[in-house]
Amino acid sequence: MKPDRSTRRSFLVCAATIVAASGCATTANNPKDPFEGFNRAMFAVNEGLDVVVKPVAQGYDTVAPLPVKVVVGNFFGNLWDAWTALNNLLQGKGGDALSDVGRVLINSTVGIGGAFDVAGEMGLTKHSEEFGQTLAVWGVGDGPYFYWPLIGPRTTRDTFGWMVDTFYDPVWRLDDMALRNSLVATRYIDLRATLLPSDKVVEEAAFDKYNYIRDAYLQHRRNEVFDGDPPRVPLDD
Amino acid sequence: MKSLVSLLFGLFVVLTSSFAQESSPDGMIRQVTDDVLTIVRQDTDIQSGNTRKAIELVDAKVIPYFDFQRMTALAMGRDWNKATPEQRKRLSEEFKTLLVRTYSNALTSYKNQTVSYKPSKLQAGDNDVIVRTEIVQPGSKAVPLDYALAKEGDKWKVYDVIVAGVSLVTNYRDTFRQEVRNNGIDGLIQMLGNRNKQLEAGKK
Repeated sequence: MKPDRSTRRSFLVCAATIVAASGCATTANNPKDPFEGFNRAMFAVNEGLDVVVKPVAQGYDTVAPLPVKVVVGNFFGNLWDAWTALNNLLQGKGGDALSDVGRVLINSTVGIGGAFDVAGEMGLTKHSEEFGQTLAVWGVGDGPYFYWPLIGPRTTRDTFGWMVDTFYDPVWRLDDMALRNSLVATRYIDLRATLLPSDKVVEEAAFDKYNYIRDAYLQHRRNEVFDGDPPRVPLDD
Repeated sequence: MKSLVSLLFGLFVVLTSSFAQESSPDGMIRQVTDDVLTIVRQDTDIQSGNTRKAIELVDAKVIPYFDFQRMTALAMGRDWNKATPEQRKRLSEEFKTLLVRTYSNALTSYKNQTVSYKPSKLQAGDNDVIVRTEIVQPGSKAVPLDYALAKEGDKWKVYDVIVAGVSLVTNYRDTFRQEVRNNGIDGLIQMLGNRNKQLEAGKK
């Protein structure tokens, strides 16, 4: 039984409805962000949720000793490495894919179920690839920018990529609901905790937090699609 | 006499090696980073979030190697050409204050990270290069931190800082452009100035 399937399907339907509904209410200040009104509303929702999520993440960050955080990060990272391998393969990067398969094999065994990044110590660098990047390499453009509740910023392409990633996600596939939910929550809090140091920087650097995050997200994704070496933006674009 | 000779020789080696470091862009970044981290590692005030002290450190150790005028031009794109020399001066000053604060703030969240230097593909005759470093933190993926530098005379100056693919400079471009479109160059100067005053007032 996979009750999450239907949740995800309803998310999709919901997303499609919202996109269609807000299509006529564009403010179009920024061509990359035609649904700014909707996005800002969702941004406000997330900022509201963060009032609860952030203190939990801060608590986790303070209470959990470093080795625990390392193990948690490694464990979830190892689950994704197999998916990273497949995506590298789909992008035609066979060498990287092989290295990712090596990482999974080594870390799942010698690294005790992914708790320790032994392969990283051996020089097999961790890559960051998911289906959104694969679509980009295949030539799919960004499409309009969205800010979703809970998951935050995604381009249209990366929203579809994220859905495909979530279908793969081994955690969502667990049948034990209690275990699944606690893993999802732990991963969410761990992810939020890793973002804590940038909070203060963004708060102070941004004139408008929504804009700053949008522009940073778009730059960051471009960088990831080009594997850390994107063509330079001209001075006078 | 012998010891004097060896002392002078030692001094000569030290001076030339530090000169060699400063004159290559990657050597310069490494030296400035090492200098700053050595101080941050010993300074518990900065580690516990004292922004003012971090700003003092950045003022003394980092600013001489940055070209804020060029950074401001990069952030503004073609609007820079519309600004008068006086406006350019004020824009650069305000933007510098903001960037220094952002950069200093990042230092106050320092815990136990180390910086690793990636081999640079530099060629003789290059006058615009990117030096790549990485912030390594146990348990998290390393965060790339790149510096774009241009040669000005015989000195290298940083004109962009790029964190995980996000340029701290060009990330402002859309915001600045919109402000210039709505309220002109002076509007942008005012927006920057207000922001700096607000941050200054709210912080220790």
